[in-house]
Amino acid sequence: MIIEWGWLTTHTDDLLALTLDHLATAVPAVLLGLLIALPLAVVAHRVRPLRGLLLGISNIMFTVPSLALFVLLLPITGLTRTTAIAGLTVYTLVVLLRNTVEGLDSVPAKVREASLAMGTGRLGTLLKVEFPLALPVIMAGVRVASVMTISLVSVASYIGYGGIGQLFTDGFQRSFPTPVLAGVVLTLLLALAADAVLVLVQWLCTPWMRKGARA
Amino acid sequence: MTDLFSQLAAWLTSAGQWAGPEGIAQRLLEHVEYSLLSTLVAALIALPIGLFIGHTGRGAFLAINLSGFGRALPTVGIVTLVFLVSGLSMTPVYISLVALAIPAIVTNTYAGMAAVEADAKDAARGMGMTGLQSLWRVEIPLAAPLIMTGVRLATVQVIATATIAAYVSFGGLGRYIFDGLAQRDLTQVLGGAVLVAALAVAVDLILAGIHRILFRHRLT
Repeated sequence: MIIEWGWLTTHTDDLLALTLDHLATAVPAVLLGLLIALPLAVVAHRVRPLRGLLLGISNIMFTVPSLALFVLLLPITGLTRTTAIAGLTVYTLVVLLRNTVEGLDSVPAKVREASLAMGTGRLGTLLKVEFPLALPVIMAGVRVASVMTISLVSVASYIGYGGIGQLFTDGFQRSFPTPVLAGVVLTLLLALAADAVLVLVQWLCTPWMRKGARA
Repeated sequence: MTDLFSQLAAWLTSAGQWAGPEGIAQRLLEHVEYSLLSTLVAALIALPIGLFIGHTGRGAFLAINLSGFGRALPTVGIVTLVFLVSGLSMTPVYISLVALAIPAIVTNTYAGMAAVEADAKDAARGMGMTGLQSLWRVEIPLAAPLIMTGVRLATVQVIATATIAAYVSFGGLGRYIFDGLAQRDLTQVLGGAVLVAALAVAVDLILAGIHRILFRHRLT
């Protein structure tokens, strides 16, 4: 018998607490990633020579094993949630940066020129024309980054902020598969739920994309 | 900080560190072995699935959503689970690495096949090709660049994640990260991380080079 169902019913409170703890690490990581990626993407989009450099750096950071990255941050931020969030933020950058740049690329030059010609300033054009039009591609990136981050949080259990990932360590040390399986399923469900929420957010933010809406 | 970097440089360049059964060269070889074998097995499973879905158009929903599912799968959890169920062997490591690699390959193979223009397939049929002939001689060659991108993505992901072999007491470059953690030896952890990242970047560049040579006559 691999699963002891009794364990699940007696530990629902713990599972809920771990899930909330999981979100407390994952959500700030993605938001922080977005906060960094958006301005960087504008720079990468406007200044061609910097584009390859920025995308290249984020690609290389992505290949650093996540556990090592957390350990690397330990001397700077210590055994805190900040370490977990900062490490995860680094991994979101590769997806968020690439998608935002691609999203900005997908805005037709004519639309931008029309906006500028109508007297909307450069910043106004960026905020009111380019970002909204790039939103579908940016949101696709946010969805990928969120799902990835939710799955990666478990690695941070080595520094004590793994959320649901604590169940893996716990099961491993006690040779008890039930919490491990529960953790895997819970992570998948959480990722699925986060993805659904983001689809809804995108739907609410882009009324012009809906069927039947006038372009 | 500068102190750490000079220690790291010394660690990476000392000849003693590279030689022997626990040296960097041996660990590097193990890491490459785990990664290649996992990607190969994943490709053997994922390519036929992606080609089938792309050719028949059946199960497209699965192909599109599989990548999301794969990304959400926590590798540490899978390794731990398979380890607890099947016992100490390389099986947990291979299962989780293969599971990690499959979605990227299936999704990209499907995307490549879906991007083949209907006109090209119609022309193949019009020339009297059977479905299988059209698949081999028209669709796969046209989808090849995206299929290879999928394999490349999967390979890099697998290399970065193969450190988990050390988590269940096997070798590879992850050994330095886990041993360093246990011994509170930051230089060793850092050295392992740098080596894994360097290996992933190097393999990515090699595959990108092969990609460029193979498809140099393509327009896009």
